[in-house]
Amino acid sequence: MEKFGFFISKGRQINYDSNDRSIAEYIYEREPSFRRCIECGGCSATCTTGSMTKFSLRELHILIKRGENDKVMESLKKCMLCGKCILVCPRGVNTRNIVVLAKQAFQKSAAYAI
Amino acid sequence: MSKHVVVIGGGVAGLEAAGRLSREGLDVSLLEKDSITGGHLNRWFKLFPDRRDSSEVKDYLEGLTHANNVKLFTNVTIEKLNRDKDHFSVLTNDGKELIADAVVVATGFDLFKSSRKEEYGYGIYDNVITSADLEDMFRKGEITAADGTVPKKIGIVHCVGSRDEKAGNLYCSKLCCVTAVKQAIEIREHYPESTLFCFYMDMRMGGAYYEEMYREAQEVWSVNFIRGKVSEASETIDKKVVIKVEDTLAGRPLKMTLDLLILMAGMEMSEGGIKLAGLAGLKTGDNRFFEATDHHFGSNKSNVEGLFYAGTCTSPMNITETISHARAAVSEVVDYLKNS
Repeated sequence: MEKFGFFISKGRQINYDSNDRSIAEYIYEREPSFRRCIECGGCSATCTTGSMTKFSLRELHILIKRGENDKVMESLKKCMLCGKCILVCPRGVNTRNIVVLAKQAFQKSAAYAI
Repeated sequence: MSKHVVVIGGGVAGLEAAGRLSREGLDVSLLEKDSITGGHLNRWFKLFPDRRDSSEVKDYLEGLTHANNVKLFTNVTIEKLNRDKDHFSVLTNDGKELIADAVVVATGFDLFKSSRKEEYGYGIYDNVITSADLEDMFRKGEITAADGTVPKKIGIVHCVGSRDEKAGNLYCSKLCCVTAVKQAIEIREHYPESTLFCFYMDMRMGGAYYEEMYREAQEVWSVNFIRGKVSEASETIDKKVVIKVEDTLAGRPLKMTLDLLILMAGMEMSEGGIKLAGLAGLKTGDNRFFEATDHHFGSNKSNVEGLFYAGTCTSPMNITETISHARAAVSEVVDYLKNS
């Protein structure tokens, strides 16, 4: 098939019924401020990594919450944990700790070998 | 002899205006189309943002009218409303003619008929209900799916009939967002095991303590907010509801199966108001609500001298605003009668 340039595209739809939200649950439990995010994007706007590479903490938050974890793991490595995002957050979300906890959750989870 | 004012509509605005006008020493007749006064308060159980019982507000308003000897006429609709020189003639369906020196129109709003948004399946699917239906459930003290079971996954659709050209309403009804937040919290309190999802286009929490309530819903009650307009709902063979929405912040389409879908019906100009506009030659705006003479400093004044507006017949308002607007109407009437 590949030879002829044909392929079957993977659906883009988020299937909330079957997705695994254990990473999100792990973070909710330890950092309840994660729930307060209103997706304003202040964190992503101030992020040094985000201005140099394709990295958005806001997007990362939402992907974790929806259980779209595959894309998150790779992305997490880019964060330098400088914590500038915490300073701009209007909802007082401990954004830095969310990155730390997400990494922890992935490490502890058998489903995701990091 | 004291001057006579007819107030049309016995909801929040009408009761407040009638009670206050009477207290000013005027002779007041209050006309209500239903058998009881209170309007939409009769259908709502608890009020945002402090979640007090709606009966407290109703008791205050009805207390005000009773204490001030307002003449109440229930089950009454208007057949004719004419201005003749310096007074009004109001003809009712039971053949009465009331002569008034001034008129206050407080015909309020109707809830958007959610069945008009056919893509959500209200009236077709068993487990799609409206915010008003949910209030009925709150009053009964039991929230159930159509088959009587406890719903676990519950979705709330914001902006049903608001900000929607297809529904013919370009405006924001303003109070559905906070109603969604209030109802989500109430369901979570009732069923701690339930999971709640609010699907919104924008969270418009423009009122005292609304935003705080939104934050509480997220933080304390774990309500999930997903930004995106639900495009359609469908029913599974076991009567669950599958919704399609774009998670606009993830930039991806999303589907979800729910046990119950609740539609936040918006506010529209009431049918009674539209009829009255025709009878009395009252101007209405593009949004079909009554159009006051000036948006900023004449929000109670109509194009007919001596006829004033109070409350949500001019635009969506919360109870606080409705009561303030009714009081403002009273001051306009008193001014008018003093000078006429």
